[in-house]
Amino acid sequence: MAQLSIIVNGQRHVNEIADNILLVDYIRETLALTGTHIGCDTSQCGACVVHVNGISVKSCTMLAAQADGAEVTTIEGISDGENLHPMQEAFHEQHGLQCGFCTPGMVMSAIELVEKNKDLSEQDIREGLEGNICRCTGYHNIVKAVQTAASKMQR
Amino acid sequence: MYATRYSKPKNIEEAVSALHAAEDGKLLAGGMTLIPTLKQRLAAPDCLIDLSTIGLSGISGAGISGAGISGAGDGLIIGAMTTHAEVERSAHVQKQLPALSVLAGGIGDRQVRNCGTIGGSIANNDPAACYPAALLALAAQITTNKRTLAADDYFTGMFETALAEDEIITEIKFPKTHKASYAKFGNPASRYAMVGVFIAKTDAGGLRVAITGAGQDGVFRHNGLEAALAQSFDVAAIDATEIEDSELMSDIHASADYRAHLIKEMSKRALQAIG
Repeated sequence: MAQLSIIVNGQRHVNEIADNILLVDYIRETLALTGTHIGCDTSQCGACVVHVNGISVKSCTMLAAQADGAEVTTIEGISDGENLHPMQEAFHEQHGLQCGFCTPGMVMSAIELVEKNKDLSEQDIREGLEGNICRCTGYHNIVKAVQTAASKMQR
Repeated sequence: MYATRYSKPKNIEEAVSALHAAEDGKLLAGGMTLIPTLKQRLAAPDCLIDLSTIGLSGISGAGISGAGISGAGDGLIIGAMTTHAEVERSAHVQKQLPALSVLAGGIGDRQVRNCGTIGGSIANNDPAACYPAALLALAAQITTNKRTLAADDYFTGMFETALAEDEIITEIKFPKTHKASYAKFGNPASRYAMVGVFIAKTDAGGLRVAITGAGQDGVFRHNGLEAALAQSFDVAAIDATEIEDSELMSDIHASADYRAHLIKEMSKRALQAIG
């Protein structure tokens, strides 16, 4: 057991955790933030993507202990409570989801992609989302949503 | 994942002590291979030693001129814990060795590149990893807490390196490079190299062609292609070279024969893109 001190969505949490607990399990089980999904358990699908110190990571492929002292943002932390984040709004407008299971990871990956890259082409977006798999294969609208959000976020 | 102990040493000495104290300790770099392995219960180390805070990463690495990536005179030095994303975006790398930036930007996906490190990649020496081809073709040097190794002596087989049990990579030095280019045919699912070809001309190593993803013993230099390109540095020379497939890998992704074909094609692509 180790002590973990971590800021998640702006709030500090201090917990005793097992050394082998994954960040995603800590987020879902200990903090009960179940918007972050586990889709594959083999580090491939990207449903569990969160931001750790501003970079997108697969939270199923990081130990919670590795994130000690970090600032984490999950899908629950991107809107202000009343208004959706522009990326969420764009996914809504463009119908960028079918079953919705991959959506939290898609949104978190897409936000980092748009924040760090200007003038994204359709190809850039498709390559930038390589780590996120949509089992419904709804990629066309996801790409449209990211294009829509990019034009709003980078205005 | 089996139960394990996690430790976060503050420096190399503490990391080495933690390794000595553990029965079967494992060094944790970016974790992009190790953690999925642990999740599948394919390994059960009693201790994980996280190297992220011992000064080998990012732009604050000690012992590497105060930077994770620094232009060292005519060469390039990259701290072992520097991530693929950092190598991809580094202005130093893009200027001095753009082929390495391209290579780093083609590894896995964005999230893998955000966490995975050059040191972790070459310590694991996956036979389909990209970096080993770059290090071998560029005649890079691998510095550890004990010594400096030439890439030629470092990669010793599939998932095998010359590293001792308690040896930790600190930095990788790339010599002055005149020409370099990497072309990869990625596995469509994993982006690991089905075949990756790195062609380079350096002062230290001369003209080299290193192949990853195809060899039964991991990364290797292709003598035939090197000889042909030394004669005539063009696509016709590659076309005229016979690629023997008897020592290439055959698996569910590709037959040895297909990999031999890819070696020729990727060599041509690398040569056409060479700067």
